[in-house]
Amino acid sequence: MRIRRAGAAGLLIECRDSEQVEAWRRELWRRREAGELTATDIVPGAGTVLLDGVPPGTAELLESWPEPDPATIAEGPLVEVPTIFDGEDLADVAELWRVSAEEAIARLRDTDFIVAFCGFAPGFGYLRGLPEEWAVPRLAAPRPRVPAGSVALAGAYCGIYPTASPGGWRLVGRTTLDLFDVRREAPATLSPGVRVKLVPAT
Amino acid sequence: MITVTRSGPLTTVQDLGRPGYAHLGVPRSGALDVPALRRANALVGNPPDAAGLETTLMGCALRFSAAARVAVTGAEAVVKLDKVPVDGVIDVPAGSVLDVGRAIKGVRSYIAVAGGIDVEPVLGSRSTDTLSGLGPAKLTDGATLPVGSARGASLDEGSPADYPEELELGVRLGPRDDWFAQRELFVTPYRISPMSNRIGCRLAGSALTRTRIGELPSEGVLLGAVQVPADGQPLIFLADHPTTGGYPVIGVVDDVTPLAQARPGTTVRFRALH
Repeated sequence: MRIRRAGAAGLLIECRDSEQVEAWRRELWRRREAGELTATDIVPGAGTVLLDGVPPGTAELLESWPEPDPATIAEGPLVEVPTIFDGEDLADVAELWRVSAEEAIARLRDTDFIVAFCGFAPGFGYLRGLPEEWAVPRLAAPRPRVPAGSVALAGAYCGIYPTASPGGWRLVGRTTLDLFDVRREAPATLSPGVRVKLVPAT
Repeated sequence: MITVTRSGPLTTVQDLGRPGYAHLGVPRSGALDVPALRRANALVGNPPDAAGLETTLMGCALRFSAAARVAVTGAEAVVKLDKVPVDGVIDVPAGSVLDVGRAIKGVRSYIAVAGGIDVEPVLGSRSTDTLSGLGPAKLTDGATLPVGSARGASLDEGSPADYPEELELGVRLGPRDDWFAQRELFVTPYRISPMSNRIGCRLAGSALTRTRIGELPSEGVLLGAVQVPADGQPLIFLADHPTTGGYPVIGVVDDVTPLAQARPGTTVRFRALH
């Protein structure tokens, strides 16, 4: 791990891999809850964790802590996402993967996903779990409107659009699961660390 | 209650925003010129986190159904009460129209009403987030706004800011300054592009040279981050910025407040802070 400065009150922790990102995210969250860390925001990314709103001396504090071990962290909660696999780009994804549409659906259904980080829109989680070799390119031209609940792929990430928006991800399915509700204590269904299974909707 | 009689191009409800939810993809939002909002709130006896209105270049006009104490700060503008110019703390009688004119200097005026704009908070804030759509909709003609009950006594807090023709912004390099030719950011001036908005201030000038090829995996970004997209023209993130980004951040501007009031065409120079 390496700590980079991000302004007067920000630190960016560079991690080895996404597992270490999750381990640091958990550890920093726990330490903040325990009153050992002051930070306004703890924001995981693909390979980093950003701390925003930290007092001076926080970098030294982080360096004094042992690196959290990804192997020892407890699993996050599991969310099953009832999914209808009928996305407009499912056939293209199957072709990119050189498998049948049925096999593509089976791959998605059988993958153990975890929310690596959020971004793009409130409650939009980047789900990792697909192997790198199944990464798919974004659409050359984004769609002006992707409906809420669309299950989609870009790179090796899966994402579900919480609200309708423009988007360049490849649509493989849809869900009616409510992904973001500001009235809930935990507004985002798919927050970092949550494990996700795409379950065929009946 | 307030009825909007002239909304202006972009007038929004703003308070100090909703920090603390960036990990869920929720932008911080909030007033772009925080000191101006604080000052307006202090002038009418509101707590610093009360919601006010932020106008953009053209001001707005409001009819008050009940008497209210109002203060206007930020961009320099002619303020009229029932067509008569006024200034300072304004006691608006019931039924009167307050008109905040177009900005003569600066961009954004802040209107505080004693008791605050009392729309329903979303995730702890009444701010309109123009990126995600959280919070109240931007003001439209005929829209109505509830006002909370006035509490405190007026305080005069600080003095109005000056809006220079040229800005010098302090920047701390990093986290991704090693993706660029060293010091280049500090060499030439930039101009503020008319494409700027509440999400970011776009700059135009000599393109920054990338010394590293490849794509940056998405990572968290913060207020004031100077992001450099593929065309090399820097973009400074303001209150409604996305929470993660895929372009390298060369440095972070220490105080983005002057950008809230800087017009397109304004010259910007960067100065290194350590």
